[in-house]
Amino acid sequence: MSFEILTYAFMHRALIAGTAIAILCSVMGLFLVLRRYSLFGDALAHSSFGGIALGLFAGIYPLWTAYGVSIISALLITKIKERYNISGDASIAVLLSSGIAVGLVIISFSGGFSLDIFSFLFGSILLVSVDDTVAIVALTGVILMIILLLYRQILYSTFNEKQAKVSGVQVDKINYLIIILAGVTVVTAVQLVGVLLISALFVIPNVTAIMYGRGFKQTMFISMTIAVSSVIAGILISYVFDITPAGTIVLFAIGVLAVTMGIKSAGLLSKN
Amino acid sequence: MLNAVEISNLTVKYPDVTALDDVSFAIKQGDFLGIIGPNGAGKSTLFDSMLGLNTNYDGTIKFFDEDIKKSKTYRKEIGYVPQKPEFENNFPATVSEVVRMGLRKKSDDKKVDEILQQLWIHELRNRRIGELSGGQLQRVFIAKALVNDPKILILDEPSTGVDQQSIDLFFSILKELNSKQGITIIWSSHDLDAVNKLANHVACLNRTLFFHGKSETFFSDDKLVKQYSEASMQEHMHHH
Repeated sequence: MSFEILTYAFMHRALIAGTAIAILCSVMGLFLVLRRYSLFGDALAHSSFGGIALGLFAGIYPLWTAYGVSIISALLITKIKERYNISGDASIAVLLSSGIAVGLVIISFSGGFSLDIFSFLFGSILLVSVDDTVAIVALTGVILMIILLLYRQILYSTFNEKQAKVSGVQVDKINYLIIILAGVTVVTAVQLVGVLLISALFVIPNVTAIMYGRGFKQTMFISMTIAVSSVIAGILISYVFDITPAGTIVLFAIGVLAVTMGIKSAGLLSKN
Repeated sequence: MLNAVEISNLTVKYPDVTALDDVSFAIKQGDFLGIIGPNGAGKSTLFDSMLGLNTNYDGTIKFFDEDIKKSKTYRKEIGYVPQKPEFENNFPATVSEVVRMGLRKKSDDKKVDEILQQLWIHELRNRRIGELSGGQLQRVFIAKALVNDPKILILDEPSTGVDQQSIDLFFSILKELNSKQGITIIWSSHDLDAVNKLANHVACLNRTLFFHGKSETFFSDDKLVKQYSEASMQEHMHHH
């Protein structure tokens, strides 16, 4: 393998943006997985597909409409769950299909699938611009800063809502915050792996890390490491073999999970 | 002495049942109160109301003379130990991380260490919580409740499903917290003998307040104990 690929500017951008997204998704994902919201990212990604189609149709930068739709959907899922007493997984299913349905109808109005739509469906990390890269890194920084500032409250309400409430944590506000941050994270990450594979980035590194980690911070660190290695390895391998980066990234992460499960079955990891 | 807790005319009505009917009593600072009552007697409702989880009640609840509906600071004075420490079994958190969650002031490591030592779980501080036994877990949750130096400790039937050795250790810890550190303890329990041994006051709840006073008054009055047992028994039969 030649190191020539590391000299290309587009490759630099892809690796920087990819690393930022990997860190962001693994951190947000850990909270979502532990809150039993593993498919939440998937639902938001699918509904943001509707937003992307809307943007392309209306001639607005599609990620902006996607952010809007994703955040609104995130809040809607929560409201529907609360107000109509529909279970979490069912409300996610409703929203997931609505997003795709809206997207498909808008696309058919605008005369069928275009190349742009495909790049959002399957990711286009090698095509990120300098502006995209700056925006991705900045958003990652802001979201991580918010999480760091409210770390105890977010962790506590993830661990046990009732006890957090008794301790004076404003659990309802924290829940909304997590949901909005997840909405923003999903759309940011769409550029890396596309709408269809988002939840892989949220869930797989975390499910793996939970098997290794002792404490929360350690688990978070392991998850970040797995996510970042998967993204970097995935981008480089896919380039060398001329295959899709999104699929390669996710397969690499699944490989790490499979190896971890093997180690665990062999009894080399503690029971939890 | 100042009342730690003062409950006046507390009534909680749910659509199909009155959970608490005009309950009034006061708990003095330094008291060790055992709350007993059959299943469905309203103990959980009483606790939820005191902890601010249920605000839909008539009457008033005061902590240190402050109405909890008007005070934002009262929570600082309360440590709460839940009946069953519920969490995802594979939740990746160590003992010291869980205790630290309760901490209001940031990074008070010395305090966390102190509490862990006091509750005999310092050795376990880097263990994942899912690996602990029931008794160890119970002490972790007491540690979490104590980490802000509360003046009142509220425990919701905490000794269910824990082995005898842990129960003894747990009782001696409660006793020490109350007698040496002067922490007011409010403890709901099914275990009449344990309440008799530990608590200096008893509140006997069965939707209404059936008895409130010194434990020796309650336990030396056979008629009262018998009445209580019969009420529990009836409730028990009713439930089955």
